[in-house]
Amino acid sequence: MKNAIIKLLLILLTFGIIAWAHRTLDSYTLSILNNIGIFAILALSYNLINGVAGQFSLEPNGFVAIGAYVTALLLIPAADKIDMFALVDPAPIILEMHARFLPAVIAGGVVATFVALLLSVPVFRVRGDYLAIVTLGFGFIIRIFALNSPAYTNGAMGLNDIPANANFLWIGGIALFTLIVMLHIVYSKFGRAMKAVRDDEDAATAMGINTFRIKTTAFMTSAFFEGVGGGLLASFLTTITPDQFSFLLTFQLLIIIVLGGLGSMTGSLVATILVMGSMEWLRFLDQDMVIFGMHTGEHPGMRMVVFAILLIVMMLFARKGLFGDRELPEFLKAKFKRKDEA
Amino acid sequence: MDFTTFLQQLINGASLGSMYALIAIGYTMVYGVLRLINFAHGDIMMVGAFFTYMGTAAGLPFSLAVLLGILGSVIVGVLTDKIAYKPLREAPKISLLITAIGISFFLENLFNVIFGGVPKAFSAPEYLTKVFHLGNVYLPVTVIIIPIVTVLILSGVLWVLYRTKYGMAIRALAFDIPTVKLMGIDADRIISIVFALGSALAAIGGVFYAVSYPSIDPLMGVIVGLKAFAAAVLGGIGSVTGAVVGGFILGFTEIFVVALFPELGGYKDAFAFFFLILVLLFRPTGIMGEDLERSRF
Repeated sequence: MKNAIIKLLLILLTFGIIAWAHRTLDSYTLSILNNIGIFAILALSYNLINGVAGQFSLEPNGFVAIGAYVTALLLIPAADKIDMFALVDPAPIILEMHARFLPAVIAGGVVATFVALLLSVPVFRVRGDYLAIVTLGFGFIIRIFALNSPAYTNGAMGLNDIPANANFLWIGGIALFTLIVMLHIVYSKFGRAMKAVRDDEDAATAMGINTFRIKTTAFMTSAFFEGVGGGLLASFLTTITPDQFSFLLTFQLLIIIVLGGLGSMTGSLVATILVMGSMEWLRFLDQDMVIFGMHTGEHPGMRMVVFAILLIVMMLFARKGLFGDRELPEFLKAKFKRKDEA
Repeated sequence: MDFTTFLQQLINGASLGSMYALIAIGYTMVYGVLRLINFAHGDIMMVGAFFTYMGTAAGLPFSLAVLLGILGSVIVGVLTDKIAYKPLREAPKISLLITAIGISFFLENLFNVIFGGVPKAFSAPEYLTKVFHLGNVYLPVTVIIIPIVTVLILSGVLWVLYRTKYGMAIRALAFDIPTVKLMGIDADRIISIVFALGSALAAIGGVFYAVSYPSIDPLMGVIVGLKAFAAAVLGGIGSVTGAVVGGFILGFTEIFVVALFPELGGYKDAFAFFFLILVLLFRPTGIMGEDLERSRF
């Protein structure tokens, strides 16, 4: 009972802070916070399939793209669509699609979940690492479809003038909701089953866990929140093109969840802030630098080289990341206990 | 489709399939030995093409430039194993997969920083760019040479695998690494040989790609790598002959589907993915493979 009250107070307090930030902060700070909020949603859900269920997957860019396109097409008014689709006329169903903001975002998540179900049936029938390559391929396929179906996606030109309904109240609120849901899953029977599948699939099967169902559930849950995150992203950016949802997005999220600790939701949250911050800060690497009086010239992509090395080094020397697979409170408890004993 | 077009497409398909086959062998051998999807393999192919490009740009004769490309790929491939995979042999599988994708992303972006993202024109010597006209059939020299060279190389690989001591050691590793070590075989050296062999074949595939399309860019390995992996799964992962069969099937499918249904041309790169899904659904062991967890060369 006492714990429940503390939890409720914490949630209310956090939401209060979000509401305060939404009312008082300037638009530049808010756009940074919005970015962090969306990435937090994506990282938390990505960590569920990779860290908690232990199934290495490279899907976020694909599902984010699905969520973004579905939400965008539901939000844009029909008249604007006719103006926007320059290559071919929009398909009738595209013109008919319309919804308010929250249903549109949820619809993005639902479509992503459905696609995840379609993918998980062939993939989880076999054991092993096929999920990674199938989801990696899926990210490219989505792009190919977006480029080749101009009647539905407006092809390479993408969608513009998406109504900007996503403010920090929505994004922060949904991020908070995602964190609560994820923590509940991690500490539930489902979460324990997922961890069992991750640690030893044979033993989990022997204990009567339906590993196919557990893996599929984890994958679909991740997909739902990634779709929702994609919908928020579309409404936040107001423009989307197929090239935006490249593998780079997945790679950034992978860095985040590895840094935070695979399996640690609070770790992902902290790491999102660290990585998004350092992405901005490391921008100087891409620009012209003067080292010992020599100009290095502009090197777009240098940041990514550094981040790739960072990921490899982390895997080799600090596989556990910040918090291992523990949540922040447990991590702090363990830290202080060790200090007391010493 | 009349007979000449058919012949034309058949040769084109064989040429494309050869390329996939060469790259698929590297995937299948590494998977057979380490149970690892080597995400960096497509990028190793890119490295080979770029080293060859550097060789020709430096004025080397084409054959020496190709040797340089193969050497570059082999060094990068073996180093990748030594630095990124070897320390993690005992670690959970997911760590290995994450480092593999890290290496892949690292190579793509490193070459992007060095050479820029704009595709580079690849200049092949004149004797490779000639075109024959046999009646109505239009035959670039490369399209004839590629399948022939591929068949020769494959016979070489199969000879190494089945007729030499090293080949026997590689096949033994695929069964049981600890036992192989107990037999006094240096497992790490054999694994290096597997990476070297796979990388060399990928480099040759990369040169073929560069000559056929005549341009290269740092991301060229991504899609081709994915397709070659799908080809390896289609043939039965772990099986070298399977990888070759899978590569040719994929090559013929891409060419013939586009020839018969030109409106599907934009989706050409998606066929491999559907093959992958269909194989996983209906025959996860592929055409030549045995039980997925116990597949052999």
